[in-house]
Amino acid sequence: MNPKITGAVARRVLTQLRRDHRTLAMMLVLPCLLVSLLWWMFDRNEQVFDRLGPPLLAVFPFIVMFLVTSVTTLRERSSGTLERLLSMPMAKLDLLLGYAIAFGVVALVQALLAVSLTVGLLGLEVAGPLWALAVVAVLDAILGTTLGLLVSAFAETEFQAVQFMPALVIPQILLCGLFVPRSALPDVLDNVSNVLPLSYAVDAMRQLQRLEALDSDFGLDIAVIAGFVVAAVALGAATLRRRTG
Amino acid sequence: MMNSMDAATTSVVEVSGLRVVRGGRVVLPGLSTTVPAGQITGLLGPSGCGKTTLMRCIVGVQKTQGGSVRVLGEESGSPALRRRVGYMTQAPSVYDDLTVRENLRFFASVLGAPGARSDTVIDTVGLGSSVDSLAGRLSGGERSRVSLAVAMLSEPAVMVLDEPTVGLDPVLRRQLWGTFAELARAGATIIVSSHVMDEAARCDRLMLMRDGELIADDEPASLLAHTGAHDIEAAFLALVDQEARP
Ligand SMILES: Nc1ncnc2c1ncn2[C@@H]1O[C@H](COP(=O)(O)OP(=O)(O)OP(=O)(O)O)[C@@H](O)[C@H]1O
Ligand SMILES: [Mg+2]
Repeated sequence: MNPKITGAVARRVLTQLRRDHRTLAMMLVLPCLLVSLLWWMFDRNEQVFDRLGPPLLAVFPFIVMFLVTSVTTLRERSSGTLERLLSMPMAKLDLLLGYAIAFGVVALVQALLAVSLTVGLLGLEVAGPLWALAVVAVLDAILGTTLGLLVSAFAETEFQAVQFMPALVIPQILLCGLFVPRSALPDVLDNVSNVLPLSYAVDAMRQLQRLEALDSDFGLDIAVIAGFVVAAVALGAATLRRRTG
Repeated sequence: MMNSMDAATTSVVEVSGLRVVRGGRVVLPGLSTTVPAGQITGLLGPSGCGKTTLMRCIVGVQKTQGGSVRVLGEESGSPALRRRVGYMTQAPSVYDDLTVRENLRFFASVLGAPGARSDTVIDTVGLGSSVDSLAGRLSGGERSRVSLAVAMLSEPAVMVLDEPTVGLDPVLRRQLWGTFAELARAGATIIVSSHVMDEAARCDRLMLMRDGELIADDEPASLLAHTGAHDIEAAFLALVDQEARP
């Protein structure tokens, strides 16, 4: 590993993103628009917005970052630049961390925008501290990024990468406790939800909604999400192959 | 003169019994050859005969099913070689949404090459006037020259160039072959693939390939003498005919 190379990758990805206005808008503006839409839907019923807002602050960035990352890294694969980089003195982790850092920076901006909008303008009320809300939102966006990095290894085309979205993301949204509390799910599904990262994101957000002081459960949720992030990067590095068929 | 003799007898690439299967098809059934140091070796043969596959093996990005490929005494693709072997892929592998300069600067930092080296190689491939153009906005030939410039960045001892002159005009082609010759004189070993048989005359040594096997591996002049042909294309056809006869 070489921090200089990691940094060069991160800078390069950010330069590319800066040129791609549409993708940048999708990452920064879309989550804000979606929360605003939600707020508008429950204009006459603020409690529902207060209940759904925080979990969705976790879910929207997750989805958007997953999608953008998986397609962007796949483009690197299909353009031949990935092969070229791997024939150079670049550690696999340099590449993955470079991507994770670049998208992490975008995720940070995105989360700050979305949280300021929901709390500042749309009047979302949570019991817990705001910084914790932002931390969970950023972490979920980074989770989306690292999972997107991982799955792009299993796709050959951008079309295939997009197919992971309904296959891997929608089940997590259904089971994460947004629609039915996880404890009320049938046992089998409850167990499944226990191994899905988004469940912990939504749990953490729910904690913030209810409790003023953060307890160890909140810390555990954060640790589990961070664990998934690290595991996704490590697995992603393990699945990158310098030699291909 | 002693030096050049030494150079000619030292081989930089040693391939033995190389077997590669791609997509269920045997592409290289068991190829063996050596590439001498400080020369331009041309790899010629019809489309699909396995030129790119052999080059990928030398660079160390191709999965192999048997045999060995050693470059500069190391196993191909080993970490020690990653700065010393420059590879230009057949399809230009550069970032379309970065400018020429940004592309070169990025690859230079990955290779640990000084930033000034970027400007040198941009000039070498004649792209000085397009440094600030996005690679995606360049013509096909210009984009492949960006890719060639990347392969030259680290001043590699071995350069593997997959059809570097495709789509270029005669003037530019002559200029690039001049550059290759200069690099070889300075000690670099250059392996170039080509479809264009008339480029063969510019190589010090030729490997003619057909269906994953080498049907000739010789200097251009002795290849012509040996087959009695007047150009490389005719020599190639003569060799194919010889094989076909029982
Ligand atoms: N990505 C791939 N997956 C599976 N098989 C492949 C792949 N690329 C090439 N092949 C097979 O390997 C054979 C040799 O391909 P290769 O690219 O080495 O040929 P080439 O001599 O470089 O041809 P060209 O002059 O057209 O570039 C092809 O005929 C094809 O059957
Ligand atoms: Mg080829």
